[in-house]
Amino acid sequence: MLDYGLFRYASKQEVLDKSIRFWNPGKTKFWLDTGVDLVMGAREGYLIHDVDGRRLIDLHINGGTYNLGHRNPELIDALRTALDYFDIGNHWFPSVARTALAEALVAVSPGLSYAVFAAGGAEAADIALKSARYATKRRKIVSIIKGYHGHSGLAVATGDERFSKIFLADRPDEFFQVPFNDLGAMEAALRGRDVAGVIMETIPATYGFPMPAPGYLPAVRELCHRYGALYIADEVQTGFLRCGDMWGWQVFDVQPDIFIAAKGLSGGLYPLSVCMLNEQAGGWLTEDGAAHISTTGGGEVGCFVGVKVLQILERPETRANVRAVSEFFAEGLADLIRRHGDVIVGLRQCGTVIGVEFAHPEGAVAASRGLYENGVWAIFSSLDKRVLQFKPGALMSRALCEEVIDRFDAAIPRIRALTAELGR
Amino acid sequence: MRTDPDLCFSDDRAGALLERARWAAGAFATLDRDATLRIARAVAEAGFGAALKYAERAVRETGFGVVEHKRQKNELCSRGILEAYAGHDFVGPLADGGRKIVRLARPAGVILALTPSTNPIATLFSKTVLAMLTRNAIVLCPHPRAKDCSADAADLLMRTARDAGAPDGVIQVVREPALPFVEAVMQDARVDLVLATGGPAMVAAAYRSGHPAFGVGPGNAPVFVHESADLAAAAQRIVASKSFDNSILCTNESVVLAHEPIADRLLAAFRSGKAHVCTPEEAGRLRGVLWNADGGFNVEGALGKDAPTIARLAGFPVPAGTLVLLVPIDRVQPEDPFAREKLAPVLGFARVADAARAGAAARAMTRHGGRGHSAGFHGSDEAALMAFAAAVPALRVAVDMPLSQGAAGFGTHLGPTMTVGTGFAGGSALGGNLRPEDLVDWAEIAFAAEASLPAGLAGLDPWRAAPLPAADAPIPFSQGNPPGGPVGGRRAPVPGLDPAPPGDVEMLRAEIRQLVLEELRAALRAA
Repeated sequence: MLDYGLFRYASKQEVLDKSIRFWNPGKTKFWLDTGVDLVMGAREGYLIHDVDGRRLIDLHINGGTYNLGHRNPELIDALRTALDYFDIGNHWFPSVARTALAEALVAVSPGLSYAVFAAGGAEAADIALKSARYATKRRKIVSIIKGYHGHSGLAVATGDERFSKIFLADRPDEFFQVPFNDLGAMEAALRGRDVAGVIMETIPATYGFPMPAPGYLPAVRELCHRYGALYIADEVQTGFLRCGDMWGWQVFDVQPDIFIAAKGLSGGLYPLSVCMLNEQAGGWLTEDGAAHISTTGGGEVGCFVGVKVLQILERPETRANVRAVSEFFAEGLADLIRRHGDVIVGLRQCGTVIGVEFAHPEGAVAASRGLYENGVWAIFSSLDKRVLQFKPGALMSRALCEEVIDRFDAAIPRIRALTAELGR
Repeated sequence: MRTDPDLCFSDDRAGALLERARWAAGAFATLDRDATLRIARAVAEAGFGAALKYAERAVRETGFGVVEHKRQKNELCSRGILEAYAGHDFVGPLADGGRKIVRLARPAGVILALTPSTNPIATLFSKTVLAMLTRNAIVLCPHPRAKDCSADAADLLMRTARDAGAPDGVIQVVREPALPFVEAVMQDARVDLVLATGGPAMVAAAYRSGHPAFGVGPGNAPVFVHESADLAAAAQRIVASKSFDNSILCTNESVVLAHEPIADRLLAAFRSGKAHVCTPEEAGRLRGVLWNADGGFNVEGALGKDAPTIARLAGFPVPAGTLVLLVPIDRVQPEDPFAREKLAPVLGFARVADAARAGAAARAMTRHGGRGHSAGFHGSDEAALMAFAAAVPALRVAVDMPLSQGAAGFGTHLGPTMTVGTGFAGGSALGGNLRPEDLVDWAEIAFAAEASLPAGLAGLDPWRAAPLPAADAPIPFSQGNPPGGPVGGRRAPVPGLDPAPPGDVEMLRAEIRQLVLEELRAALRAA
């Protein structure tokens, strides 16, 4: 019996059946077919448990949502304490909480002037794109092939057509995609001087974390400015110290005009995202501050969580932990490649943003499952199934990191066997 | 103006500190002996070099002790400790050919070290140097009264250790050591060992923490001066010791037990040795200023102050240059406060008939506190020394020595330390002076005792000689294989696995950056 007070199920099977019936048949069945029969129950730190009690180390962390761990006690305390006095608030009015978080975000975002809050990454992306259009009075948006910025009206049009065409949400007349790391293609797209902005993940996540070539991002930014477009960084997965600095664009030495952050800012507890704007992109905030509105965007209790998230990230100990985790896995994964070169062939890494490359074109799907069976949850890249997203949290302990490598090593024979079943 | 309700948010700085320490401990435990000694030596030398600076700062911040004496202690507890142990190996492998056993050191891991207000820097130095010698990470938790000088000194050692190749976070300090915070840290599962030097309450808390702990109880040292002693020399040593750092070391003499036949002559020797012998009336006044109404010692007014200051406070004059106030005691019983520990240059003086009575008096005075600590003996009569040592409830008996220094291992072959174990009698898991060997376990590789079967491992060393990544090195970065498949059919190099491309990686990156920029400029020109 799974009894949650307000509702109960006779078994996990009942959850799965009803999930198919009432929630999402496609998604529920997909995971069952993939051999991942997870229904999350208890969770704490970087551990999640299936409702049956099976323990998994979480290296998926929903793209950084659980960067500071599941149910981080300090963040829970921040939310609970805030709830003693606050609620979402009223977006029309200035707010102590929103102002504090905005000020804290601007303080850690050199070159940016304003923080516009939203409830999720896609909404933040929409604000970014609208702001670029406002500032340039142009309509066209350039993004990266296999890039990913969410599923709302404008954001989804920038991404893979898998997510847009089904809803007739692709807009080929206004949205253009170019290959990553291809400056020639980028220049060709911008040359017409009719592009409002280029939006790109600092390291494209859903595409399996291909690393920007040295100098690529600053060069794109130079091209943007040359042709009058704004450079928009999507920091949803690369922000919050995951690349070693507060923002990935700082690591790659590129100054965005706009950037968006989400996931990690919420602490995994209260939906929150932000679009950071420079003076030019933020002009509409003066001209008509109510031109964009979000009732839940920047909900005040969530802002307390956000302030605490930044506070934790600014501790020298947290930065040191990110470095230690990064160095540990750089060494540990290189060792796995050395010993299992037939299965794992390469490593993409910038700090805790890690893509593990497999030899087989769908090797990461086999790896996800093999690891799942060995107590580790890491997800393959939807848009490049050679690559496993391997995303340790910023506060992970040495003991847990050691356990991850031990379990990965133990899972290799199973991954090898599952890969063989896939065929070539 | 505050109109809102008082929202109080939790702050887990302790967790952050301990997690960092765990990473450090894990990395430190892989280093070999040379690397370890390099780090320990650098830390000890940094402490030695700053001995005077932190002596001054400690006296200024706490109001306890004497700068010059603290400087000496700081030097002894940095370079002194390193030199005492530099020739020993706390890393391994250590082969014992005769027993066919090879030992590998296993450090404790994360040490939480509480340091007192009385000897803040010397204790901090000594515990840190011992931790570095044994590849342990240390989290220093200073007494609130000495937190600023302690944090500053810890920062110095931390920077030094890092520059010498220690892992990040191997030395850390709690900057705001409030009691609830300290208790929480002590109980945290990420701590492996607690080293508690402080008041009895703190030591008891350390033992309650659920972790292995070395706490040290309070001192209250009897010193027996036998008729066989050189009385002038004995008086001089005792005065020197009792006035050293204004008597702030827990190993200082508390009560002189004078052998009856020489008691008057000893008293005279004290008088000519800059000790002031108090009248009963003066003793009464002294009692009033040394102890508060609740029986607690007057920490603010008298602890660690010099003799003239204390006499002035008590309202009686003493000659300039007086080093010690001597208070005759009729009967040595715990209810007489002068028979208790006095971290001030005030010395009890009682007469005893023989060595056995000296032992009994020592037992009586330590009924209140100080069991398992230190005692002194002056004299050449070995039978008397043996009788006294067998009876006195102390774990170290220094002979013909200033006890402050001698029991702490300075000028004797006891382990030089600021952490003096009081053993089972004193409620401590540590009976000796804290030494490096207390901070490591040893994994023992044992070959068959049977002589015809082989034993090996000669010339093998499992530890890391190569330096750890620098704390300010770039964050790990690996390009991987760009989308579209491996470059030229070959796997892209993985840092740490594949040899670096010819030349420096950074140079290569710079070259690529340059090529890209040139390409870009060409494209822009064409546009």
